[in-house]
Amino acid sequence: MVPVYHFLWLGAFLFCAGLMVIITKRNAIMVLLGIELMLNASNLNLVAFNQLHPAHLSGQMFALFVIIVAVCEAAVGLAIVLRVYQHYQTSVPDEVTDLKD
Amino acid sequence: MNFVTILFYFFEAVAALAALSLVLVRNVFYGALILVVCLLSLAAIYVLAFAEFVAVTQILIYAGGILVVIIFGVMLTAKIAGKPLVVKHTNVWGGTLACVALFTLLLYFLSSQKFFEDGKDKMQAADTAINTIGFGLMTEFVLPFEVAGILLLAALIGAAVIASSIKSRNV
Repeated sequence: MVPVYHFLWLGAFLFCAGLMVIITKRNAIMVLLGIELMLNASNLNLVAFNQLHPAHLSGQMFALFVIIVAVCEAAVGLAIVLRVYQHYQTSVPDEVTDLKD
Repeated sequence: MNFVTILFYFFEAVAALAALSLVLVRNVFYGALILVVCLLSLAAIYVLAFAEFVAVTQILIYAGGILVVIIFGVMLTAKIAGKPLVVKHTNVWGGTLACVALFTLLLYFLSSQKFFEDGKDKMQAADTAINTIGFGLMTEFVLPFEVAGILLLAALIGAAVIASSIKSRNV
């Protein structure tokens, strides 16, 4: 059968990979992809810890709500990226510096 | 080691490799496709972990919804049509240091803690999982369910308003 601890290790790896994507990529859409990866890592942990009470399924329920919030975040985030692109003609977050000193 | 375990290791390796190549890839469109691979293999892992409802939701929403939106975003923000959107890397050493440190820390804590008792460290099936989720969404979790509906509606209207190019006269 499937060992539970592998879920936690894979979740940790996916979270760190998502963080790496967010830090290193110079593109707003790539940053959004990294955020999706981190949310999926947390989902993996929720499904794994569902095993503490397998009959109650509250972990899986929480994972469903995390997916819903991820949808909202992706939709609003991409809309903001499009708007910023229309206004500044760039999708690089570092180049939007109007509020900088 | 039976067939299910081998399948689980295979999908685990696919997910990890896809995440690793998402770090390395420079083309945003390829990045989106690699993320599809990672999310689909995670859905397969959910099926093997007896979380069928989460797996189906994952495929429908992520592979069907979010990735289409992301690919539209890639198309709409490419400066010159026909030329791939290639990103540069920045903060490579700092990012690597932070991620390796975080990963080591997480592995240290995961190996020092014992979350599951000895008999329970394999995935167990809940017999009527989808049934329980259906009843739970309408009884115990009905308030978060409805709030999630309102949140989705607000987020989608907000996204449509933000992304529409009609100029508002008041702003």
